[in-house]
Order: sequence, then structure tokens, then C-alpha cells
Amino acid sequence: MNAQFSISRRRRLLSALAALIFVPSLALAALKIDITQGNVEPLPIAVLDFAGDGSVGQDLASVITADLERSGLFRPVDREAFIERNIGVNVRPRFGEWRVINALALVTGRAVQHSDGRLLVEFRLWDVVAEEQMAGLQFFTTPENWRRIGHLVADAIYERLTGETGYFDTRIVYVSESGAKNNRVKKLAIMDQDGFAQSELTRGNALALTPRFSPTAQEITYLSFYRNKPRVYLLNIETGQQEVVGDFPGMTFAPRFSPDGQKIIMSLERNGNSNIYTMDLRTRETRRLTSSLAIDTAPCYAPDGSQVVFESDRMGSQQLYVMEADGSNVRRISYGEGRYATPVWSPRGDLIAFTKTLNGRFLIGVMKTDGRGERILTEGYHNEGPAWSPNGRVIAFFREGRGADQGPTLWTVDVTGYNERPIATPGWASDPAWSPLIR
Amino acid sequence: MFAQTEEHSMGQSTKSKILISMAVAGLTLAGCASTTEPASTSTSTAVSSASTSSSAQYLVQNVGDRVFFQTDQSNLDGSARATLRNQAQWLSQNNSVNLVIEGHADERGTREYNLALGARRANAVRDFLISEGVNGSRLQTISYGKERPVSLCSEEACWSKNRRAVATIR
Repeated sequence: MNAQFSISRRRRLLSALAALIFVPSLALAALKIDITQGNVEPLPIAVLDFAGDGSVGQDLASVITADLERSGLFRPVDREAFIERNIGVNVRPRFGEWRVINALALVTGRAVQHSDGRLLVEFRLWDVVAEEQMAGLQFFTTPENWRRIGHLVADAIYERLTGETGYFDTRIVYVSESGAKNNRVKKLAIMDQDGFAQSELTRGNALALTPRFSPTAQEITYLSFYRNKPRVYLLNIETGQQEVVGDFPGMTFAPRFSPDGQKIIMSLERNGNSNIYTMDLRTRETRRLTSSLAIDTAPCYAPDGSQVVFESDRMGSQQLYVMEADGSNVRRISYGEGRYATPVWSPRGDLIAFTKTLNGRFLIGVMKTDGRGERILTEGYHNEGPAWSPNGRVIAFFREGRGADQGPTLWTVDVTGYNERPIATPGWASDPAWSPLIR
Repeated sequence: MFAQTEEHSMGQSTKSKILISMAVAGLTLAGCASTTEPASTSTSTAVSSASTSSSAQYLVQNVGDRVFFQTDQSNLDGSARATLRNQAQWLSQNNSVNLVIEGHADERGTREYNLALGARRANAVRDFLISEGVNGSRLQTISYGKERPVSLCSEEACWSKNRRAVATIR
């Protein structure tokens, strides 16, 4: 065997994110997906069941295949067409056979129980045409974390073939809804981005709305109607501990973290007016950023923390405004037809996603941060609440059905407007927020 | 699972926090009962004679517990003002009664805006009652935004009933 294909056996005992074993290729790999074009032709990829003990190898291949397929950038080759089915991770594939079934990329791997009880997962990504390895990684983890390893492998493949950061190893927090439309029970729930690993974070005895992740993904800030006092709370996902944010005399709502995680930005309502405030989580110091007689709400920081986008009806109808982080230099950025709400700054800093109301319909769109270049990504009876994937490529939102027996469902759409997909949830679901990427 | 994650949560827990358990059992939304529709007028006389004039039932059936708004608006029309004058008079006759004014919006708006709009509506009612001589300390407000509709169709006929401010006895 060529030394190039030997996988490093070096272990990292403290981290499950084990040794990166990129084998730098001398020839520039031709295989690459250009994702800037929107409706790209999906790349045909074959993902073999990973070799090894039990069914985990097959399960891993399923998770990886589903992640890649849902991105819209990959077309998994029909498994029935596979000729070689059992390729060890250290074996060079017979590329000619994969070219025959039109696979351009091939993923092989192995998942075995290590002597210390942990699961060892290795994989290789092959360029079938150039006949060379593009990526190889190994991971150690506790066996129950196999699904997360599948997402990490899918991220590695996505990153190698698109040049973009992956987003499969992420979670989505949302509002799980049940019961009749006039008395909905609304709980916070969390899941992997593919809809698996569902769990509830609150019990449903108080209305829970608009959850948002902290930059570390360890905490959620959200609105709870606990004891019939709508207030912004912090919830630690690991411990379940909660605290109310600040001691304000009126309703606090529409919270988000600052990019450094030190502040919460939110609206405070007093005597019917809603203005934007921040509270420093360490010093408890509060600061008022807007002073209008209007509804100023849905504030969201730019990723560098220097500016804030928010919505206001100060000029008559809901529109989007940007201000400096200290509240100065407020300027309106939305000038299109209709009303604009729920602005969210992209993690890349280049775009702002929004909900737009036009002629009785609700649309999700993006615009540049100065308001130019508006593009609508989806539209219908009711679409609301865009949330960015951490790599800024995908937007999650919720869609409401029409009528008494309908409810909201979660969807994703590519920032290009293509590849709209539902996210399967156990019940009605709204207010999605995407976790940051924690590596 | 990952060392990185565990380290961080330890860091977070060192912050001083006022911890509040949300797991208190038996909490209900006090406003729910008030969202039922008024009973039909044929039974109201018999019922009201049986209930005291300071009861919730009397407020709903004889005074009028709710007013309605145009889309995105919080101003009070003539009908709303008449209802609120009844409420103010009733409050002056029942000094032990304190009210929570619940502001609501229809489903045709975004969540955060509707919460703010419901608050604006509840405060418009509160301000009017104060202008009619009611002591402001007897009037609390809360907004439910679009979270608690009473009419469930996705038509203007229902939306117009959901754009409301409802007085409930505290």
C-alpha cells in the first residue's frame, strides 16, 4: 500500500475530534462545487456503508447521505447500482467501476469499537475521476454519539468539495406547538439540524416564544409568559437553570445575544411604547438605544457587534433600520413595496434576512446591509422568522397554514432561493433558531 | 461529549445568577377563561340576576369586556369608547374590582410586532379608562400578541374579532 493512504493512528485522548489526516494532494483536485451560482447541478456522490462492527457503519452512511442530499448540492448515487460494496478504508477503490455508474465522488469508511469502549470512525473522500484521495479523517467518540460523527463527516465532505464551512453538525432550537389554535401550548424544543435527536427544554406551563442561541450554543434567550409576566429569560441547555434578564417594569421581548455573548439586546415595552435596550449580563447595566414613540423591536447585531438592525413603525409602517451599536446614526434601509420585519444579520455580515408583508402575503427575503439588492427567497400565505445557518448559506423559517386546524411547520431554503425543504418535527413548530458551529 | 463544551458550561456557571425554577407545578394562564365568547342574550338576564354585579360574568354580559381595533391600529372608535365608558362607570360602582387589560392582535403580523401592538392596544384602553376617572393603580396591562386568538378561521371575519383588548378581573 502506498504510504499516502495509511491513516495516522495517533490518538487524541481528550478530544473526540481526532487527528486531522489530510493528505495534501500534489495535483490540484478538479472536483469542486461552485455554490455561488444558485441552481447548481448536484454532484453525484456514492457513500458506501462503512465497514466494521454491527449496523453503525450502515447508519453512519445513511446520516451522511441524507445530510449531503438535503443540501441540494449532492445527488447520492443509487446504492443498488454499487458494484464494489465492501471496500476497506485502507483499500484503494477500483475507480473505473465507480465511473461506470457516474459517481464523481466516493466516500468509504470504517466504524469499529475500540478496546477502550469508544467508537473509532474513519473515512476517506475520493475523487473518482482524478483517482485520488481528497480528504481523510478519524474520530473517537462514545458509541451513543455516532450520529454526531456522521454529521462531522458530512461537514468534512461538504467543506472539501465546496470550499465553504459546513453546517451539518449543528442544532436548531424552536417552539414546539400543540393543542387547539386558541389555546396553544408552546414549549422550547431542540433537535439536530436534520430533525433527529428531539428533546423538549421547557414544560409548556408558560408560553415560550422566540428562542435564540448564545454564541457558545450553551444558553438560550427567549420570551416566557411565566406567571403571566412576559419577560426575557436565559436558559442553560445543559443544566436547565433559568434566570430572568433584568428587572424591568414592563414587558421585555424580542431578545438576542450580542456576538460576544456578553449582552442581551431586546425590546422593553412601557405604556404601549416599545424601545430597544441592552443589558450587560455581567454588570447588569442596562442601556437604552432607541427613544421613539413607535414600536421598535426585533433587534439583531451585525456579526462584528458594531451595528444593530431592527424594525420600527416610526414612519407609519414596519420598516428596517440600522444604527450604530450605541444607538447613534439611525438610518432606514428598506424602501421596497410592503412592510419589513424580523431582520436578521447574516453570520458573514453581507446580508440581512427579513419577513416581508406584501398584498396580504408573507415573504422571506434577503437584502444587502444598505438595503440594496433585495431578493425574495420564498412567498405564500404566511412565512415568517428567518434564521441563518452558521455558514450563511441556508435560511430556516416557519410557514403557517390557513384555517382553524392548521399550524406552523419548519422549512429551509438556500440563500440563492433554491432547494426549499421541510424539516420534519413531531408536531407543529415555529420560531427556529440555528446554533452556531462549535468546533 | 466534547471537552470544549464542558469547559464552557463550567465557565458559565461561575456567573452569579438569580436562578428561577420554571418547573413550578400548576401554573395556568389567568387570562384563558376570559377568552370565551359572551353567552347569548336570551340567558343573560336570568344569569345576571343570579350573579353579583362585581362578577366576571356581569362584566362580560352587562358591561362589555372587550373592544375591537382596525388592522395595525390602536385608536378607539365610537363603539369602543361607549363600551369603555360602561366599564369606567361599572368600576366606579365596584371599588374592589381591579382589571387586567389584555391586548391581542390577529394572525396577520409578525410575532414581535404583534406583541408590541397588543401592548399598545391594552394601553390605549387603560389610558381611556384613566381619562374617564378610573385610578390607574386598578388597571394592569398584558399583551398576548397573536398567541391567543378567539376566532380561528383565516378570514377577516375572524381576524376582526381577534384584534381586541379584553378586560378581565384580576
